Formats: sequence, structure tokens, C-alpha cells
Amino acid sequence: MTGLVIDKLSMRFDLPNGGAVQALQDVSLDLKQGELLSVLGPSGCGKTTLLNIVAGFLAQTEGEVRLNGKTVHGPDAQRGMVFQQGALFEWMSVRDNVSFGPDMKGTPKAESRKTVDHLLNVVGLQDFKDKMVYELSGGMQQRVALARCLANDPDVILMDEPLGALDALTREKMQSLVLKLWKETGKTIILITHSVEEALLLGERLVVMAPRPGRIHKEYRLPFADLGVNADLREVKKHPDYNATREEILNMIWNMEEEIMGRSEETA
Amino acid sequence: MGQIVQDLSGELAQLFLSILGALPFILGYVALILLSMFIWTFLRAQMGRVRDYTSLKTVTFGDESAVISDKAASVISIVLIFVIWGAFTGSNWLPGPLHAPGPFVGEDAFTYTIEGPNGAQADATVYVSVHPQGVAPVPPEFDEGTGPIRNDSVVVQAYRSKLISWDANDDVTRDDGVKIVAVDGRAIDADTDVDVGFGRVALTDKGTLNFEPGQGWQMENIWLPAPDSVWRRLVSVSADGYQNVTLAEHLSYSLFRVIVGFALGALVGIPLGYAMGLSNWFRGWFDPIVEFMRPVPPLALIPLVIIWAGIGEQGKIILLFLAALWIMAIGARSGVSGVKITKVHAAYSLGASKWQILRHVIIPNSLPEIFTAARVAMGVCWGTVVAAELVAAEKGVGKMIVAASKFQDTDIVLMGIILIGIIGFGIDMLMRWAERVLVPWKGKG
Repeated sequence: MTGLVIDKLSMRFDLPNGGAVQALQDVSLDLKQGELLSVLGPSGCGKTTLLNIVAGFLAQTEGEVRLNGKTVHGPDAQRGMVFQQGALFEWMSVRDNVSFGPDMKGTPKAESRKTVDHLLNVVGLQDFKDKMVYELSGGMQQRVALARCLANDPDVILMDEPLGALDALTREKMQSLVLKLWKETGKTIILITHSVEEALLLGERLVVMAPRPGRIHKEYRLPFADLGVNADLREVKKHPDYNATREEILNMIWNMEEEIMGRSEETA
Repeated sequence: MGQIVQDLSGELAQLFLSILGALPFILGYVALILLSMFIWTFLRAQMGRVRDYTSLKTVTFGDESAVISDKAASVISIVLIFVIWGAFTGSNWLPGPLHAPGPFVGEDAFTYTIEGPNGAQADATVYVSVHPQGVAPVPPEFDEGTGPIRNDSVVVQAYRSKLISWDANDDVTRDDGVKIVAVDGRAIDADTDVDVGFGRVALTDKGTLNFEPGQGWQMENIWLPAPDSVWRRLVSVSADGYQNVTLAEHLSYSLFRVIVGFALGALVGIPLGYAMGLSNWFRGWFDPIVEFMRPVPPLALIPLVIIWAGIGEQGKIILLFLAALWIMAIGARSGVSGVKITKVHAAYSLGASKWQILRHVIIPNSLPEIFTAARVAMGVCWGTVVAAELVAAEKGVGKMIVAASKFQDTDIVLMGIILIGIIGFGIDMLMRWAERVLVPWKGKG
């Protein structure tokens, strides 16, 4: 039984003032091996909390996460993580960053070298192997982060707004790279993003979450990721369904934000 | 309370007056700064314009990046310090015309006029010979002359004064009612001095002459020795030592204390800081102690350390250990706290164990902070060791200068201060260099 199962996940924690926050309520998702799910939602909808629970950095209060049939406890090398920025080790070269996972496992450098070199070629950094990471641009640093995650050969890759800090042009190039890596490696990917366009282009499946309590609001199955693997992303955006879906989701999120504002005004 | 306020306002008024007295010198120095700036700007304009990016900025006042330390100003400033120092001490390193007027040295004479009880007046001459310190005095050759009042002579060392018993060789003396009424033709009494051109002549209450040779604008050697005499002292003390202790020995003892004290402080402080950064319990346990000890200046601990551990090496090393300990602990603690959680999360999800995270993430991430703390701690230790040696020590630079000050060997005091400054600066440079080499990722995260 391969795949990632998120089963009726709830998370609730107490506040110092006596109140409590229901960060997640009954979130269930079933991802088959090799699926790419993007998660959208207004701020405060619990999407990062969800990702942190799947990664094992936070504990749920109800429900469970199963990877390939086994319940998940705490972080491990099977669930790789790509962060927005600042998660690289600036005291290491690009190569040492990428080989961090194998090094920790005790794989001899000579053995991991081939994988590391290959991955650096794939992400287009073959000429920067011996640079220090702080010598690279933001886009290049995110390529290193992707390669570092892949070097560990995890079953699932969790991405927390990995392209959020990049400029628009770099971001578009990186989106193509993510699609390419997804197809080539066949990894299960959960991608959290603020950008509706990115969620549409990269998500084979797309989940819109709603806040207070954090829950799944609507789920889509989309054709764009498959199209984008072989075509220019700008061509994909011309697909007749693309604009319609985008408008629908934007409206949905917009209404949620309005509702939150209204509610907080009432309480005030 | 009222008395204290009154006393303190008196002190404040005194202070204000002395600042007012120093004002002409401060203004003169500022004038020199501005003058050299205008001269240098003019000279550079003659040499041709620089056409770099900064030179094209029209807004430079307030643009921090456009303010670069002017190397020429630094050089001129240092040179000027030595020139002023040399000029006001009559240094051999400076050509004579640049010297400020020095004290009168050599032979000269002045006349005085006496008046008897009957109103009769007579003149005599005092032959003066002024010799510099450390030079054998040469009594002036003179003719005593004849008559009731004969000529006198006096030998004085520069910057000193001497009483002249002008009637010791005379037939009529003060006991006969004879007194001096004028010097060099100008009237003199117990309240008025006469400037004879190469010094001042005064009359004591008992009618004796007091001669003080002119001091000029230069500082006496025991106040401020010339740079060349400081240099000579440096050479002689490094060769022969001072009070049976060589300079190398003094310096080695001070450096030894600093290095051992700092090393022990770092050895205990860094693990302590890590424990405080990684465990709630340790943070809670040591926070009150560290936060209390940090603001206590190490100098304030000197008396206690002397009472407890005596004036030997142990006491000093305990003191420096305490000086370095808190700084290193706080540096290590903030280094650990400064680790971005995403780095730790990333390492965990790459399969690292706790020990591997400490070794490969937390320690390298905290090294820049630890280096900054080490630089501060070394500076504090160096200052503390000198102060501790001033209070009580057998050997050490601090001991050397305090011993020299008791014998008024101001050149050694000055030499010691300059050496302390140079070594402190050298330590800081060394730490910066080590930081650049060992933690090149500092500030790049």
C-alpha cells in the first residue's frame, strides 16, 4: 500500500488567555504515489500547520498520517522538505549542502558523489558545485534546496511556498523545473502556495482550505500540470479552463477573507 | 544631602573652569584639522579629479556609504600627534625651528639695587648659570667687584628655582637695614616680580631674592618625556629590563594571564551558553546568575579576588576567567538562539540525529556570534589584566608602569601605555583575521 494518507486530522491548542484555537478540523486527504497536490487558502487556514504535521514537526490532536501504511511520528528522511528560504547551511559549499542527507546516513562521499553531481546537473548548477551557498542568487539557492531534498530520495516532498521569495521571472522558470523534477522522479509532492496561478499550474490536484477552523473547502482535479510538463507554461495559461478556474478560486478565497474581516469587526 | 549637592556643584564649577581654560587648545586643534583639510583638498584638486561612482554622487551629506575614512587624514593626524608631542618636548626627532620655545639654559645676568636706611643706593650684578637636568652645573665665572655690595652668582637647574643670599658676601647686610628696591632698574617688593628676560626674580618676605629661570612652552621631562626618550627607554628596557625584570617578561606575564584566563572562560562559558540555549531548565537556572554577573565590572571584583586568592597568578586568572565567562556564555547562548528553525527542520527531515544537528547545524551557526563574543572578551580581559596588575602584581605591564610612576619615570609609563594600546589593537586585529578565515559565512545567512 503505497501513498500518503491523511486521516481525519485535527489540531487544537490552548492559548495562555484561556481560549483555544482549532487550527485544523477533520482534514482528510489521500495521495497516491506520484501525485502532486497544491494547497491554497487565505492566511490562517492552517495550510502550514497541515504541512508541519505531515513533516512531523508538530503533533496532531486527533487522526493520523500514514505513509505507505505506516503511521508517522516525528520527522525523518522519508518526508523531505523545501522551505521558502534560509534553510540552506551557509557554512557549507553547494555540494556539501546537497550531500547533507547521504552524509548524515553515513554514506561515503565517494558513493554519494555521483548522485550529487547528477542532481546538480539536473537543476542546472553544474558550474557552481564548489561555491558557497551565500555566493548564489535566490533562485539558485532554491535549486540547491530542491537538489538537497532529492539527494535523500524521500518518498514525499513537502514544499512550503518554495518559490514565494523569488522574482516573477525566476519564479516562472522554477515552476517549470518543479514540474520537470516531479515527472522525472515520480515523487509525491505537497506544495503550499499563496499564488493561485502557481497552484493551478503545478497542482495535479488542488485543495482550497478555509479558515477557523482550518478545513478543506473544495478540491479540484486539474489538467494543467500534465500539460505544463511538455509545454511552455505561458501556453498552458491560454487553456480555456485556466482563466475560469482561476477566477472561481480567487472569488472563493476573496469571499473567505471578506468573511474573516467581517467577523473580526463584529468581535471588535 | 544638601551638603553633597553643594560639594558636587562645586566640583562641577571647577571642572567647567578647567574646560574653559583648555578651550583655546581645543579650538587650536580643530583649526589645525580644518586647515589641513583645506590644504589637502586643494592639493588633490591640483592633482586631477577622481571619476569613480562616489564622486558622481550629488548627495553625500547624510549618505553613509559615501563617507569613507580618508587615509590622508589618518596619516596627517598621526604625524601631527608626534609633531605636537615633539614640539612641546623639544624632541631631537624634530628640527629645531619646529620646537616650541624651550626653557632658558645658559648664562646671563641681572642687576639689583639696594637702598640703605639712610636712602643711599648701590647696584650689584647676579651672574646666573642655568643647566638642564642631568648635566653637571658650571658655576659662572665672575668678578665679585669691590665696595659694600659685591656681585653674586647662582647656579639653577632648568624648571627649578633658587634663593639668592645676595648679602652673604657683603659688608652691609639686611641686618643693617639694607634692602633691595629694584631689579634691572625696575621696582620690586614682596608682592611684585620682575621679568628679567630669561626668568623671573621675586623677593621673599625676608628680603631674599628668588630666581626662577624662564620655562618656555615645553613640558618638563617628568611631565611629558619626548618621543625619542620614550623610544630610547623602550630600547634600553627591552635590552636590560626595568627593576631586574625584562620587558619581554612583563609582557609575557600579562599575555599569559589573558590567554589562560580567556581560554578557561571560553572553555566553561561556551558549553554553559549552549546549555542555556538548548534547555529550558538550564536557561532558567543560569539566567539570573548570568544577568546579575554581567553588569558587574570585572575591575570591581579585584579587591575580593585579592582577599580570596592573593596577588599571585591564581587570583589574576580567576579574575580574567570571570571576565570572559559571562561574555562567552551570553555569546554562545545567543548564537544558539539565533539558529533559524527552518535550518533545524530541514536537517531533521534530511535524516539528521540530535547529535548531528548539534555538530553540523547549531555549532557552525553559532560560531559567528561566538567569535564576536571572543573579540569583546579578549578586549575586556586585556583591560582587566592591566588594571589588576596596577593594583597588585609582581610582574606584568601594569606592574611596570605603576612601579615606574612611583619613581617618576614618566617615559616608562608612557612606553607602557603605548605598548598596552598596540597589543590590545593587535589582539583585536588577530581576532578579526581569525574570524574572516574561520567563519567566512558570518552575516551571510
